[in-house]
Amino acid sequence: MRTKTLAAPYLVWMIVFTVVPLGIVAWFALTDYATGAFTLANLARVSTYVPIFLKSVWLALLSSVICLIVGYPVAYCIAGTSPRRQRVLYMLVMLPMCMSFLLRTLAWVALLEDTGIINNLIRSLGLRPLPLIRNDAAVVLGMVYNYLPYMIMPLYTVLIKLDDKLIEAAEDLGCTPARVFEKVTLPLSVPGIISGLTMVFVPAVSTFYISQKMGSSGTTLIGDVIESQFKAAYNPNLGAALSLILMVLVLVCVAVMNRFSDGEEVIAL
Amino acid sequence: MKTFNRVFTALVYLFLYIPMIVLAVASFSRGTDIAVWKGFTLGQYSALFHDGLLLPLLVNSVIVAVLSALIATVLGTMAALGIRAMSPRLRRTTMAITNIPMTNPEIVTGVSLALLFAFVGQMLKINSVMGFATLLIAHITFNLPYVILSVMPKLGQMDPNLRDAALDLGCTPVQAFFKVIIHEIMPGILSGALMAFTMSLDDFVISYFVYGPRFVTLPVEIYNYTKKPLQPKIYALFTLLFLVILLSMVVMNLLQARDERRRARSRVVFGGKGGRVG
Repeated sequence: MRTKTLAAPYLVWMIVFTVVPLGIVAWFALTDYATGAFTLANLARVSTYVPIFLKSVWLALLSSVICLIVGYPVAYCIAGTSPRRQRVLYMLVMLPMCMSFLLRTLAWVALLEDTGIINNLIRSLGLRPLPLIRNDAAVVLGMVYNYLPYMIMPLYTVLIKLDDKLIEAAEDLGCTPARVFEKVTLPLSVPGIISGLTMVFVPAVSTFYISQKMGSSGTTLIGDVIESQFKAAYNPNLGAALSLILMVLVLVCVAVMNRFSDGEEVIAL
Repeated sequence: MKTFNRVFTALVYLFLYIPMIVLAVASFSRGTDIAVWKGFTLGQYSALFHDGLLLPLLVNSVIVAVLSALIATVLGTMAALGIRAMSPRLRRTTMAITNIPMTNPEIVTGVSLALLFAFVGQMLKINSVMGFATLLIAHITFNLPYVILSVMPKLGQMDPNLRDAALDLGCTPVQAFFKVIIHEIMPGILSGALMAFTMSLDDFVISYFVYGPRFVTLPVEIYNYTKKPLQPKIYALFTLLFLVILLSMVVMNLLQARDERRRARSRVVFGGKGGRVG
């Protein structure tokens, strides 16, 4: 027996449970619900959801960029500590991801609600409560909160691999710390930045729970529409068409982002 | 600048843990409203242990997580060994397939599996196809890439001479694997298995599309719960789970530290890099 054949069960599994299902999605997207005949009507109906697609992409992009701005200093700080402390700090970044994201999001709702913790506090100070929830900002906050670890992990992975000698060399050659960062550290962290942006963008653009809980009817995202096609309205063909477009959209976004890096993959494990 | 960065980092950590604090505090509150503190009680915890609903759902989640992590670890480790022996072209194709569930939005994976199961159910004339089996299959599917991506780098770091040495000394390839290779890649296998387990335990989006009413997991029930008023004992459960995961992470951390110290020592003994005997 050759070693290669050890991968055969895996390959069969993945073809049956990832490649074939995607084929079925495409097939549903291109057929009529009642008759099963070939049709482009489902894909044509997707055009009415273009504003929702744009809104999802916009909020997800905004969240990804905020995650980068917030996550970079944190990753930089972790990478600069002693190895033992690094392990603990890294663990503390991963820990929230192991806890139910539904309940963590609900805790944010409890904080931000009109009768929530923060507004109760504001009221007890005799001030007027703030509209903290059911708007775009709250959805972005939910996304940033939930997916920030996905940004910190790959950034940390590239930053610890960074060779200190390069930074010393730049300093010896007369760079100010700001110049060192601009000319050495930042360019070398590009693969981590790309990886982090992708890892935040993909779940953010397709979320439906965060927008349901933190948003309003005005912040319906594409994930909400897909979910309702399968769970409420029951139109799997339209749902499949929307999923197909979402998948293509994500692939295009990921491909565009990957063009900025040298094709080097950073996997944060 | 450095102090600013430290303060900022501390604030971000606080931000990450605010919901945990809110939920932990709520688990000790008398009231049902999470936002209003009504006095201290341990009532939610005793209610949790007398509850006939939540704990069986947690058991369901653990069963799926353990089984799917186990199967994915075996299949994935085998696959990682196989992938390394592949020609570059075949390897690229295989890794592209491995990346599908990683880059696809979870909702698309969930929807695609739901459609597959519904389709198969229709062909086999099964009325309600969604259940334990569909949930398990879905979890194994999204767990497999995590195992492969954590085992592959360890195989790459391993000295290829080790396997040859074992074979020269009379091991069969299977013996070489169980006597030599598996010990070298064990950290990768363990971290892959652990990651698969936690991913599976907390998975909501994919499970939501492939679960059936006969076999519900905790995250799915929490979602269904949140459409009604939440029962505060769920905060008690969350707090306990948080402690369990924190504890297991600390243990894992200590094990990892020990492993690294041992590695560092063996490097000193052999005088080579990473224990490589030249």
